[in-house]
Amino acid sequence: MQLDIAFIIEKVLLISVILLGSLGIAMYATWAERKVAAVMQDRRGPNRAGFMGLFQPLADGLKLFFKEEIIPDRSTRFLFILGPALAMLTAVMTSAVVPWGPDISADNGVISLQVADINIGILFIFGVVSLGVYGVMLGGWASNNKFSLLSSIRAASQAISYELAMGLSLVAMLMMTGSLSLREIVEQQHGFWDNGYFTWNFFKQPLGFIIFLTCAFAELNRAPFDLPECESELNMGYHQEYSSMKLGFYLFAEYINLFISSAVIATLFFGGYNFPFMDEVAGSVNPILFAIICVMALLTKVICIILFFMFIRWTLPRFRYDQLMRLGWKSLIPLALVNMVITGAVILWVIK
Amino acid sequence: MNFLLLAANQQTPFSYLPVAIQLLVGIGFVVLTIGASQFLGPKRSTADKLINFESGIPSVGNARQPMAIKYFLVAILFVLFDVEVIFFYPYAVNFKELGQEGFWAVIMFVAFFLSGFIYIVKKGALDWED
Repeated sequence: MQLDIAFIIEKVLLISVILLGSLGIAMYATWAERKVAAVMQDRRGPNRAGFMGLFQPLADGLKLFFKEEIIPDRSTRFLFILGPALAMLTAVMTSAVVPWGPDISADNGVISLQVADINIGILFIFGVVSLGVYGVMLGGWASNNKFSLLSSIRAASQAISYELAMGLSLVAMLMMTGSLSLREIVEQQHGFWDNGYFTWNFFKQPLGFIIFLTCAFAELNRAPFDLPECESELNMGYHQEYSSMKLGFYLFAEYINLFISSAVIATLFFGGYNFPFMDEVAGSVNPILFAIICVMALLTKVICIILFFMFIRWTLPRFRYDQLMRLGWKSLIPLALVNMVITGAVILWVIK
Repeated sequence: MNFLLLAANQQTPFSYLPVAIQLLVGIGFVVLTIGASQFLGPKRSTADKLINFESGIPSVGNARQPMAIKYFLVAILFVLFDVEVIFFYPYAVNFKELGQEGFWAVIMFVAFFLSGFIYIVKKGALDWED
């Protein structure tokens, strides 16, 4: 049974690295968000804690830890605690199926840079993402506050509406890949240019990508779709009654989700850890260095997508709720269906 | 080691073992952090502090009350349509093997999907301005 333990230790190490990495990136995403906002609004942003305010996220995190924990006496205690815990747990779980880099073949076996290579990777992500609705819903309902309740119902209704279009937008892409495994999808996008066309799915499914990206904005509750935490109408949204680390969990979970969904977008549409001329690079460096370069390529794409999310947030005004629902149901769902039918017809009759 | 790696490559229930490990690590992290913050902060609870915050005015009534039916309608419609969306997935994965015949069958399914969709739109189930 010693071999089992080696396997488990390898996985636990990988999971811990990914968990700490996503926490770190989520922390610095809050810093980046404030800096981006500051630059766009002609301000300085955080600049007191350390060089360029780089210690600001640490200070914020510590502050959240040492704040007083308040549970309102009219709330449902158990669900009140379960809400943020569930939000955080689902945020952490999504990273399990993302392939962070190619397999490294060492002399005593193969080290995989993916926690679980399951053949239904995309369905796993959808499943976990829809569980995320419970975190928001439970938190808002258990607070026994009308603003929180309204906000959480809005959030749930928005999230499930956009899940439909999100699911449909990927169908067209899956018709091309023929696999639900994220590893397989990334392998198919190997390199950058092959057989006279781009290999990345973004160039094969531009419409599907736009629909998926729009739905990602809505699922993440980010502007222009941040209706659940619309300050002008709902004070603060579903986490209004929360304080200390439970509030921190909601905020952190949001940024971890931002990171993971950027990773998923990069994996599905921008070739994951693939980059142009990777075969030439693979031939000239040793496998471990090559794997590190691949991970860096993926992280670069992820950071670009995160920055794109931030630019959009500080550029576009917020939608109204009826506009949001009309966009999701009456535009994106028919559009995704049309995209699917056109993709099918083109593959069957034009490309063959 | 090799046996386990082989199992991981061949999609057995074994491939889900890392997911279970990740779940345990995640639960551990969440419980530890929430537990730790319970002890770290000060505790001075007063009646005023524990009351619900509703923009500074005294809160009226209870939040456990009926909400607009629209939201629940959306939830029901989501259940209906999400089941149909899930039916597209096995088709999409086997798209190339099923060929033209499968494509026409799916066109028919899309037509059913759309007729249900047009029905709810005409019924006004998705209208929010009233």
